[in-house]
Amino acid sequence: MTPPRDVAVVAFAHSERDGSADGASEPEMLLPVLREALRQAGLAPGEADFTCSGSSDYLAGRPFSFTLTLDSVGAWPPIAESHVETDGAWALYEAWVKILTGRADTALVYAHGKPTAGDPADVLTRQLDPYYLAPLWPDPRALAALQARALIDAGHLEEPPAAEAHAVLPLRAGDFPAPVDGAAAVVLAAGDTARRMCERPAWIRGIDHRIEPQAPGLRDLTDSPSTRLAAERAGAFRAPVDTAELHAPCTAQETVLRRALRLDGTVTVNPSGGALAADPVMVTGLVRLGEAAARIHRGDSDRALAHATSGPCLQHNLVAVLEAVPEGETR
Amino acid sequence: MPEILTAPLTVSFPFTRSLGPVQSAFLTGLRERTVLGVRTTDGRVLVPPVEYDPVTAGEIRDLAEVAPTGTVTTWAWNPAPRDKQPLRTPFAWVLVRLDGADTALLHVLDAPGPHAVRTGMRVRIRWAPERTGAITDIGCFEPYEDEPGEDETAAGKAGAGEDRAREAGHRPAAPHDGVFDAPVTGIVTPARLDYTYTPGRAMSRHLAALAEHRITGERCPSCRKVHVPPRGVCPTCGVPTTEQTEVGPHGTVTTFCVVNIKAKGAGIDVPYVYAHIALDGADLALHARIGGIPYDEVRMGMRVAPVWTGDARHPDHFRPTGEPDAAYDTYKELL
Amino acid sequence: MSGQRTGREPVAVVGIGQTKHAAARRDVSLAGLVREAALRALDDAQLSWADVDAVVLGKAPDFFEGVMMPELYLADALGAAGKPVLRVHTAGSVGGSTALVAADLVAARVQRTVLAVAFEKQSESNAMWGLSLPVPFQQPLLAGAGGFFAPHVRAYIRRSGAPGGVGALVAYKDRRNALRNPWAHLHEHGITLEQVRSSPMLWDPVRYSETCPSSDGACAVVLTDRAGAARAPHPPAWVHGGAMRSEPTLFAGKDFVSPRAGRDCAAEVYRQAGITDPRREIDVAELYVPFSWYEPMWLENLGFAAEGEGWKLTASGATEPGGELPVNPSGGVLSTNPIGASGLIRFAEAALQVRGTAGEHQVDGARTALGHAYGGGAQFFSMWVVGRRPPTT
Repeated sequence: MTPPRDVAVVAFAHSERDGSADGASEPEMLLPVLREALRQAGLAPGEADFTCSGSSDYLAGRPFSFTLTLDSVGAWPPIAESHVETDGAWALYEAWVKILTGRADTALVYAHGKPTAGDPADVLTRQLDPYYLAPLWPDPRALAALQARALIDAGHLEEPPAAEAHAVLPLRAGDFPAPVDGAAAVVLAAGDTARRMCERPAWIRGIDHRIEPQAPGLRDLTDSPSTRLAAERAGAFRAPVDTAELHAPCTAQETVLRRALRLDGTVTVNPSGGALAADPVMVTGLVRLGEAAARIHRGDSDRALAHATSGPCLQHNLVAVLEAVPEGETR
Repeated sequence: MPEILTAPLTVSFPFTRSLGPVQSAFLTGLRERTVLGVRTTDGRVLVPPVEYDPVTAGEIRDLAEVAPTGTVTTWAWNPAPRDKQPLRTPFAWVLVRLDGADTALLHVLDAPGPHAVRTGMRVRIRWAPERTGAITDIGCFEPYEDEPGEDETAAGKAGAGEDRAREAGHRPAAPHDGVFDAPVTGIVTPARLDYTYTPGRAMSRHLAALAEHRITGERCPSCRKVHVPPRGVCPTCGVPTTEQTEVGPHGTVTTFCVVNIKAKGAGIDVPYVYAHIALDGADLALHARIGGIPYDEVRMGMRVAPVWTGDARHPDHFRPTGEPDAAYDTYKELL
Repeated sequence: MSGQRTGREPVAVVGIGQTKHAAARRDVSLAGLVREAALRALDDAQLSWADVDAVVLGKAPDFFEGVMMPELYLADALGAAGKPVLRVHTAGSVGGSTALVAADLVAARVQRTVLAVAFEKQSESNAMWGLSLPVPFQQPLLAGAGGFFAPHVRAYIRRSGAPGGVGALVAYKDRRNALRNPWAHLHEHGITLEQVRSSPMLWDPVRYSETCPSSDGACAVVLTDRAGAARAPHPPAWVHGGAMRSEPTLFAGKDFVSPRAGRDCAAEVYRQAGITDPRREIDVAELYVPFSWYEPMWLENLGFAAEGEGWKLTASGATEPGGELPVNPSGGVLSTNPIGASGLIRFAEAALQVRGTAGEHQVDGARTALGHAYGGGAQFFSMWVVGRRPPTT
């Protein structure tokens, strides 16, 4: 469906991986990131028409963890605000919908995660079917390795050399990112507001997300039909993209995504380094959207695809298509 | 700058899960060394069985028994088992399509090493000696060679393991009513997660001062309000706060309740008074227990001071100072 | 772009379902609980799973059931394979937020028919545990949510000069209302006002009978566009306004008795619905009242009574089922509290009233109703106004 309004990403900021976040609480980690994104957009704290965030109580180890980070937003006078219990990419989706309703012209979207507070290998097992899967504690690396083996068997991936140190064979330690703490923020704006805030806005030409059944034994692990469907709905296949930011927290999963998204050698994939360079869980997907937008802001891309994922073995996938030209100005 | 505090934080609970009809039949079946699947509207047999068809979303209840033997559809070698995982020694994670099933079950395979595991290999269930009706009643899978003669067709193709597997997989699942004596209707799934908690920089500063029996807040550079405890940011202005300021130690009870039920694990006898206290110089109230006065004599407006006991960082409670009560108008904005 | 596509699409509630709420629904799995409500909502709308374009799922902390992001595991039970599923968590207000996020998907014309589901299965753990997980470097002082809210009740009583017995009136009313609601958790047949007044004092000034129970339960609503509403088998409820407002947890100037986020949220939702005199124009309200005294407090916060006057409205009987402004004819949160679902139950009950399908607890002639939810440290608010007639703007 054609959206009734043009909406763009006009600002993007994320926490530095220089140790400056060490010892910070989540609000403290988030604060400089929010301030930078708002500065880029020329907004004061609390000034955005809508605010939406993504994070996870399980990652933080405490219920209602997102309530404290509201401190960094400057939510006074009270703001129109919402929260998704997942990666911030879905917060961006909710904010995009809000702007489409016409109830907001600008939105602040942010995400925060401190995976190093706990052990993600344990924590993320709690996402699984509580009767059949979670009691076995299969960590995300194990599940990704099952996916990798299926890819090797299907001839989509090379068998890794036997001599290398394996994390979970057939995957090596280097096939996975080290979890890092982080925060990211994006500002969305509609139409002329976006043009005022940003010289070269990254217009959201389409965005969609789709889920699959969870049980790995029910799925073809070598494919990602939900990614393909989301990409179709987002209009990704209508024209070639020059850039793709993929949320693949494992090398083998990037193989699955490249196939599902039909990315060939002409596409620059993960110029930011992608999720393998840094995986601030619950933030990583929003960073993909932000990095793709920033490429457009800088003039390095005209049409970029951004992808975010959630759940085991790429269960739930979001795809956005960003362009330097809005809908109304095409052709 | 004081060091950043950290402390272990454990989140642990034995969750009690009610099962519903399909999970109940499947898990009770495992207790009885019987593996059940469920038939979908299009005739596939799903193992493990689910309550709702993943394609049509329709309710599915048509159970069928499958074999305890099956074929590995994909696998991963885990050289370093974690505490809560089913086996102590290195093992393979496997998806196994049991004979008679159309989908695969996730579990673990006990094998001497990755060289002994491959996709398509035949495996069978090794039952846990003690079974309670849980997915862990399957202790693990183990490699398995089909007995010659067990399956004539397969025996005729000796050495062609995958063909044999394919044949075995065609063995139809047998309808099953899912009825067992003493069905399992609920399971307990303990889950313990360990975290390292840090309260952050501002709170670490505040807590360091508390250890010296000083109560500190931070002043917002914009609205000039003093927040106690400080969080490194002014929550209304959204700007960083850095200016430390000492508040109290005396303060005013703005409001309170009398707690008559004992919290689990809390070493406080009931009844006790839980009060909001606006410390002199602070622009919002903090929360603390009131002591040194009968619970039914605590009043709004009462003046109080902190009492530290032992080596505790936090005041144990606040006690009346004996000053005249504060007039309502002086604290009503802090309610 | 055709003229039809500009502006918001009107949003209709065409299906409503909830579970039989209980302290422990041991007869169903997590999926079974959610399905029960979802299927009832679809049946009400005479729709099938294939008619649903997207699902929005809401619940409070994942620690309550010990399943992180349960929308992942619930995807097939919710008929969501191949569809978008959005998971919302805005603390206690989440049930309301879930409906509003779903309504926005329709209003923005991103989806045509959306299923909003919210649940909590508190018997899988223990709400007291879930709400009071230890935090290092903090003193464990509180005995549950009641201990958090009781001081604010005392502050309200002091500020308004209300007589002590008003809270008991609310609890007595809501528990009797629940007797006319077959889905309600608590059915205290033969309850008397004296029993409420003499129940144990837990967090003085809040007595046992003035507190909400801990429930297992789910609620679902089907939201759709004009075309969907035209096909609906029963009269829909139309969304005339919806808003969320948040303020920080603790800050200098916070008014816990009448939080500004609540006042602002109400003002916005009335503005959208064209309501200038809520007391006259709203026929029935389903308010999130987890402790009895919050009824008079919210009556003031929501503009139904002047500051300090809310308790008079309650004491006058105006909020009784036959009164001028019936509040919580369903029995409210005081009779049913699956935390993550409670807000959506308020929203759904408001819609039932204007559809005229609330059964024994129907308020005669209800045409405009308010659904209200709040959460966190009285900092997150979500509300909608629904009406029997489609919005004119």
